[in-house]
Amino acid sequence: MTEAPCTLVKLDAVGRDFDVSKPWLNRILERAPRRLLKAVDDVSIEIQRGETFALVGESGCGKSTIARLIVGLYRPSRGRIAFDGEAQRAGMNVWSPAVRRRMQMIFQDPYASLNPRWRVTDVVAEPLRTHGLHRSRPQMRDRVGELLLQVGLSPNDGRKYPHEFSGGQRQRVSIARALSSEPEFLVCDEPTSALDVSVQAQILNLMRALQESLGLTYLFISHNLAVVSQMATRVGVMYLGRLVEIADAQTLFSHPHHPYTRMLLDAIPDLAMSGRVRTPVAGEVANPLEPPTGCAFHPRCPYANSRCKSERPELTPGLSHTRVACHAIEEGRLPV
Amino acid sequence: MPHPALAQPSNRPLLRVSHLRVEFPTRRGTLVAVDDVSFDIEPGEVLGVVGESGAGKSLTGAAIIGLLDRPGRIAAGEIALEGERIDDLGADAMRRIRGRRIGAIFQDPLTSLNPLYTIGRQITETILTHLPVTPREARERAVALLEEVGIPAAAERLDHYPHQFSGGMRQRVVIALALCAEPTLIIADEPTTALDVSTQAQIIALLKRLSSQHGAAVMLITHDMGVIAETAHRVAVMYAGRIVEIGPVRSVIHAPRHPYTIGLMRSIPTVGATGARLAQIDGSMPRLDAIPSGCPFHPRCPQRFERCDKERPPLLAVDDRLAACWLYASEHD
Repeated sequence: MTEAPCTLVKLDAVGRDFDVSKPWLNRILERAPRRLLKAVDDVSIEIQRGETFALVGESGCGKSTIARLIVGLYRPSRGRIAFDGEAQRAGMNVWSPAVRRRMQMIFQDPYASLNPRWRVTDVVAEPLRTHGLHRSRPQMRDRVGELLLQVGLSPNDGRKYPHEFSGGQRQRVSIARALSSEPEFLVCDEPTSALDVSVQAQILNLMRALQESLGLTYLFISHNLAVVSQMATRVGVMYLGRLVEIADAQTLFSHPHHPYTRMLLDAIPDLAMSGRVRTPVAGEVANPLEPPTGCAFHPRCPYANSRCKSERPELTPGLSHTRVACHAIEEGRLPV
Repeated sequence: MPHPALAQPSNRPLLRVSHLRVEFPTRRGTLVAVDDVSFDIEPGEVLGVVGESGAGKSLTGAAIIGLLDRPGRIAAGEIALEGERIDDLGADAMRRIRGRRIGAIFQDPLTSLNPLYTIGRQITETILTHLPVTPREARERAVALLEEVGIPAAAERLDHYPHQFSGGMRQRVVIALALCAEPTLIIADEPTTALDVSTQAQIIALLKRLSSQHGAAVMLITHDMGVIAETAHRVAVMYAGRIVEIGPVRSVIHAPRHPYTIGLMRSIPTVGATGARLAQIDGSMPRLDAIPSGCPFHPRCPQRFERCDKERPPLLAVDDRLAACWLYASEHD
């Protein structure tokens, strides 16, 4: 498959393991083996310029690990990640300074991600200083004022400390900080999960408006399918570290294919109280240290057969609207 | 006789909260966190209490079970369980009611369980405290309870510690603990918030089944309208310490009448609404030290008029529910 010209971020068979073994002495004394947790395994994604690519899945499925791999907070154990054609580097810094300036991250908890001892001006200006983008103080102050206006705060708010703001306003400060180095790509890890619904709507609307005016590309990570359906152009569904389905948002939510995607959609509370028929959720996510053989979802899947228990399904190749890793779909055992 | 939206007509509600007021005295004055809240819950009924953070929903629950953190205190109003006042009881008397007649389920199952004891010990101890049974009977009952809440291999799991359970299973253990002494009222404060969607769906199904089988009344406190829609019979919407709308779930969700409920319902993203801009309520919930005069929602309300910032609206009857909004005053005057 040739790389499309508009691909901004490309993950190629990326995997990341975490060593969760006992300490060295315990391993010797108790003869315990080394244990590796495969948090992410064999994930290939291409994020196109200007789109919102969403990753969904339940806790522990590896979606936040992917976010951290992309921005370079973790190094991949396997596979390659490239940003606008430039590969990650060996050595101290994962990305070249030029690339680092072009990607930023917004975190889930606006109470934990802002330094409580810094004034908002300093919080927002930090990336400017790090990347050496503005030299003089007045210049920097003007730029911060502009950024605060852009996210719906007042330039005078720069003098305040984070604790003087509500959760939603703090998340606006986080967004202003992320935008200060004029990035093209934002990784948003559960940006509204800590917020109330009415505030969540404000932040989601702000993120959309900024995307339109600044031409941003988002990697949007959330466990909330309704929020994802609101924001995403394309969606990847993850289960136990692997992608089980990638599809256009519209296709995914109107015609989910993978049994896990269907289960997730069925699990959303029925706010409309339509009384639609839903399959009750079965079982729990398996222990990622001992993932099931074959398809990791088979113990919970109503369509699993012996092949599913032994052979791992791969994502169907191609550029169609939906790619799905499921034997039952491939064999036509499951009504599409 | 209260309006039918406040209570289903009955002579003896299981729980009656009337004009409850919870205050926090501070150096800079008294903060009113729950202000003139009244509602009833019938046996076997699930009342949803919904609101955003700071709305006072959890404090209302804490006041009922007598677990208000100091310096918070009940400043006015009455709470009656099966016709008997419980808000003025001493700590010992309240402790006997908690667990025996009122069960509590909290958001984070890890903090509700003691990490140092096996769950079997925690459940049997609770049973022995409240019921006149032998230790052997208590253990049998514990196994039966765990089976009832859907924990596989319950007899073996009794000897496991909380950390050996997954989040969803832990919440099931907490529910089993709350059910130990067959309480008539269960207060569930954000019981599914810490859980994944698929686990949440299982816990919701469990709560529904238990309330219909045991005939226990449930006060379900949550910020998630979806959970309310799935579980509750009636819903009370709270804002800045007050109930702004209360009525049957279906009518409140499908045709909200208070402008806050209307805004709240519109701002909830739904699956399938790809790409559309969400309706939003500008501003945020007021802080307790700056609750606006009159109707506390008036600075954010798109339909406010002169009366709203001057007089506080009482709960007024609209269709089959009550809404605290002056828009509906003309229907009474």
